[in-house]
Amino acid sequence: MPRTTRQLGENVQSEGDSPDRLQPGTTLEDRYLILGMLGAGGMSSVYKGRDLHFPNVTKLVAIKEMVNLIADHSMHEMVVKNFEREADLLATLSHPAVPAIYDNFSHKKRSYLVMEFIDGDDLEGILAATNEFLPEERVIGWAIELCDVLSYLHNIQPEPIIFRDIKPSNVMIDHHSYVRLIDFGIARNFQPGEKGTMIGTEGYSPPEQYRGEASPPGDVYALGATLHHLLTKRDPRVEAPFSFAERPARSINPLISPEVETVISTALSYDPKDRYPSAMIMKEALISAAKRTGLLSQPSIAAVIAQSDKIEELWSFSCEDEIRGSPIVYEGLVYLGCYDNNLYALDKKTGEFQWKYATEGGITGKPAAEDGAVFIGSEDGRLYALTANRGALVWTYYAEGPIRSSPTLSEGHIFIGSDDKQLHVVNQANGRRAWRVEANDAIWSTPFVENERVYFGCESGDFYCYNFKGELKWRKKAKRGITSSATIVDGIAYYGSRDWTMYAIDAENGWQVWRFRMRGATISSPSFFDGMLYIGCGDNHIYCVDAKHSREKWRYQTDHQVTGSPIAHDGSIYCGSVDGSLYCLDHKTGRLRWRFHSDGPITGTPYISENVVYIGSTDHKIYALIA
Amino acid sequence: MTMLKTFFSRLFRSSSPQTGAHSRLTVGEPDGSRVYTSASNDRIIVGASQSTGLERSHNEDAQLVIKGDSAGAEPLPEFGFFMVADGMGGHRAGEVASNVSIRSVAHKLMEESVLHLLDLDNSSEMLPLQELLHTALEEANSAVVEQVPGGGTTMTAALLLGSQLTIGHVGDSRAYIINDSQINILTRDHSLVERLKELGQLTAEEAESHPQRNVLYRAIGQGANLEIDVFTTASPKGGHLLLCSDGLWGVVPDPQIMHVVNDAPHPQIACEQLVQAANFAGGPDNISVVIVRFPSE
Repeated sequence: MPRTTRQLGENVQSEGDSPDRLQPGTTLEDRYLILGMLGAGGMSSVYKGRDLHFPNVTKLVAIKEMVNLIADHSMHEMVVKNFEREADLLATLSHPAVPAIYDNFSHKKRSYLVMEFIDGDDLEGILAATNEFLPEERVIGWAIELCDVLSYLHNIQPEPIIFRDIKPSNVMIDHHSYVRLIDFGIARNFQPGEKGTMIGTEGYSPPEQYRGEASPPGDVYALGATLHHLLTKRDPRVEAPFSFAERPARSINPLISPEVETVISTALSYDPKDRYPSAMIMKEALISAAKRTGLLSQPSIAAVIAQSDKIEELWSFSCEDEIRGSPIVYEGLVYLGCYDNNLYALDKKTGEFQWKYATEGGITGKPAAEDGAVFIGSEDGRLYALTANRGALVWTYYAEGPIRSSPTLSEGHIFIGSDDKQLHVVNQANGRRAWRVEANDAIWSTPFVENERVYFGCESGDFYCYNFKGELKWRKKAKRGITSSATIVDGIAYYGSRDWTMYAIDAENGWQVWRFRMRGATISSPSFFDGMLYIGCGDNHIYCVDAKHSREKWRYQTDHQVTGSPIAHDGSIYCGSVDGSLYCLDHKTGRLRWRFHSDGPITGTPYISENVVYIGSTDHKIYALIA
Repeated sequence: MTMLKTFFSRLFRSSSPQTGAHSRLTVGEPDGSRVYTSASNDRIIVGASQSTGLERSHNEDAQLVIKGDSAGAEPLPEFGFFMVADGMGGHRAGEVASNVSIRSVAHKLMEESVLHLLDLDNSSEMLPLQELLHTALEEANSAVVEQVPGGGTTMTAALLLGSQLTIGHVGDSRAYIINDSQINILTRDHSLVERLKELGQLTAEEAESHPQRNVLYRAIGQGANLEIDVFTTASPKGGHLLLCSDGLWGVVPDPQIMHVVNDAPHPQIACEQLVQAANFAGGPDNISVVIVRFPSE
C-alpha cells in the first residue's frame, strides 16, 4: 500500500536514474570480488563479495557502497559524513549482534564499507514468509536480544549511541538464530540537549524524533513499534502516525499474553518519560512477562477502580412494589411512581415520607412538575394533576387505554402518549384536551417538544413529527418498536429502536443523517452531553457515541441488559442495569468510577439534584446516593 | 403543483497547463458596479475561485459548486454541493486524480440525494446522509485507484441539505466555519505534522515550517483501508462555510482569512481577494477556495 507523500526529495535522483551497479565479476581494490547484489536503498547498495586475500577458502563479505548523486553540495557533504561515521562507529563496536567491519576505502568517487557477511533473513522477510502470526516466544526471544544490544549501545562511553532506526528490515536472524543489527547508517552519538533534523523510518520512529531529538527511550519506542508489527502483522507505515493505541496487540492477535501487550504499550507511550527509561529495564520486563511471573515494572497508566460496596447512601425508602419508572426532584421533594399504584412524594434530603396518591394502576412513567403541580399517568388510563406539596387532586384526564409514557410539559400543555395509540395534548391548568393525533400503535416513549412541534415514537416502529396544528410534518419507520424517547440537539433528533439501531434524523425534514448499529435492541433514551450521546442497550452495554461523527467512542459492559437511560452530570455518566447495579462511569473514557448494588433490576433513569443521585429499583426501594 | 426555480451554477475548473493563468470570475459589470451584497436575505450566496499560484507550472486542484433551491408545493429545501480536491502524484497524475474524484463524488451525491428528492414518486428511503458521503468518497477512492495509478488527491466535500451540512473529508484541504468574531476549523488535517501537533511534539509555528509538513498519511486513491472522516453540523446562520486547499491556508493566516471573508460585500469578492493574498504571499502552491454565506434568517 503506497504511502502518498507529496514531496519526494528534491535533490535526489530517482532510482531509475542510478548508474550501473557493480556487476558480478568485478574486483575492487584487487581484493574484493563482487558476487552479486544483496540489496539497494536510496543512498547505498549492498553487495555480496568474496575476500580474495583468502584464496583457498571462500571468505564471504558484505560490501556496502555509498552512491552519492546529490547535487546540492551541503547535502552531499552530509551523506559523506554519515557514511564515514558509520564506518568509524562499527570499527569501535564490539558486540555479538553488531556486524564486524573489516575495511573501508574509496574507489572512483564512491565509498565502500567491507563488513561481515550475515547469512540469514531479515525480520521483514520472515514476517512476509508466512500468513500465520509468529509465535510469541520467538518474537520475545528476539526482543530480549535486541534490548541487549541496545543497552550496549546506550551505555557506550563517553557518548551513548542511539540507533534511531530499529525496524524489522534492519534486524537479521542469522543461521545460528542470533539477532544481528544491520544498517548503522543513521545511528549517532547522543548529546543531550542537541537537536538535529528528523531522520528515521516513519511508522517506527517516536514522535520526538521528528524534532530531531534522539535518546534511549526513542529506541525503546522503535523496538515497541517493531514488536507490535511482528506480533500483529500490521505495518505501522501504512497506518495513521502514532496510532498504536488504537490497535492494541491483543485485539488483532488474541494469542498474545496480556503481560507482553502491556510491555509493548508501555514502550509505545507518546511521552518518553512514560516509557521504559532504558533498554535494560525493558529487557527485564520482557523476561518477567515471558516467565509470566508478573511484571517487574508496572505500567504507568494504572486504572484505579473504586469498587467499593460502601457507596455513600444518603437514604433509601421502601415502597410496596417494583419501581420501574424514574424519579424527579421538584422544590425539595422527590416524586416517584411505583407499581403499587402510588405516586410517592418524599423529602429529598431525608427521604421522609410526605404523601402518596393512590391511582388504580401501576405507574411506570416519570412525573413532570411545574407551577406547584405534579403530573403523572397511570396504567389505569388516567393522567393525574396533583398539588406538589400535598398531593391533592386537581384534575383527571381520561385516555382510552393504559398510560405508560411519561408526560412532557410545554407551553402550558401536557403531551403524553397512551396504549390507545393516541398522543394526547392536554391543557395543564384545567385538564381539558386541546388536541390529539393518532399513531400506528401504543405510545410508550416520552414526547419531545420544540419549535411548535412534537416528536415521538411508537411501538410499531414509526416515529412522528407533528406541528401544533396537528399536521404531520414527517414520519420515519424503524423495523421494530420505538420505546426510547427522542432528544433533539442542534436540529437533529436522536432516538433508539428495538431494531438494534440508534437514529439521527434531521428534525426539520425527517432525513436520516446517520444510524448507529448496536448488538441488541434498545428501549433506552439517548442522553446528550458535551458532543457525545449516551445510550443503554439490550446487548448489556452502555454506549458513548460521538454525535457529529456517529462513531463509537467507548462502550461499557454490564452484567445484563441496560434498559434504563443514562444521564450525565459533572463529568460522569450514571446508568442502571438489569443486573441490579447503578453505574457511575467517566464520561470521556467509560472507566468505572463506582458501582452501587441494589437487589433488583434497575430499569429507570436516575435523577440528579445538588450532587445527589436518586434512583429506584425493582427491589421496591428508592435510593439517594452521593454522586 | 411544484414549480421548481432551480438554478445550477456550476463552476468546474482546472485551468489549462499551458497558460498557467489565474482564473478569475467577476460578478456583474467588470468595474464591479453591479455587485450587490444580498438580494434575498434567506438564501445562501456562494463564491469560488482558483489559481495555479506563482510557483507551480500547472494546476492540480479541482473544485465544484452546485447550488439549488425551490418554491411551490412540496419544495426542496435549499441544497448545495461544495467540494475542493488537491491532487498529487508525478506526471500530471494529480490533476487527473482530483478531476476524477470530484466528478465521482458529485455524481453519487446528485444521484442519491437531489435526484432522489426530485423524484415525485420516491418511495424508497434515502440513504442516511453520513453513509452517503462515506460511500461517495469510497467510490472516488476506487475510481482513482483504477484510473490514475500512482495518483492521489485530497477531498473535502460538503453536502448542504436544509439546515444541516454533512462533510466528507480525506487529506489536508480544509473546511472552516467563519462567524463575525471567530474562524473555526471543522476538519482534521491527515498529515504527519498534525499528528505531531496533537501529541504536543510540535507547536503550530513549528508545524508551519516543518520540512515534512506536506506528508499525508491518507489520500483518496491510496487503496484499501481508506478511513474517511464524515460528520454533520448545523449550518452557521449569518456565518460562512469556507473550503480551501493548502495553497490558501498554508500561506494566509487564519485571522486574515476571517477578516477578508467578513469584510467582503460578496463571497465571490472574498474568494478573489484570498487568492490574491495567497499569490501575494508567494503563491507556492495551487490555490482553491469556495465560500458559502448563510442567511441569518
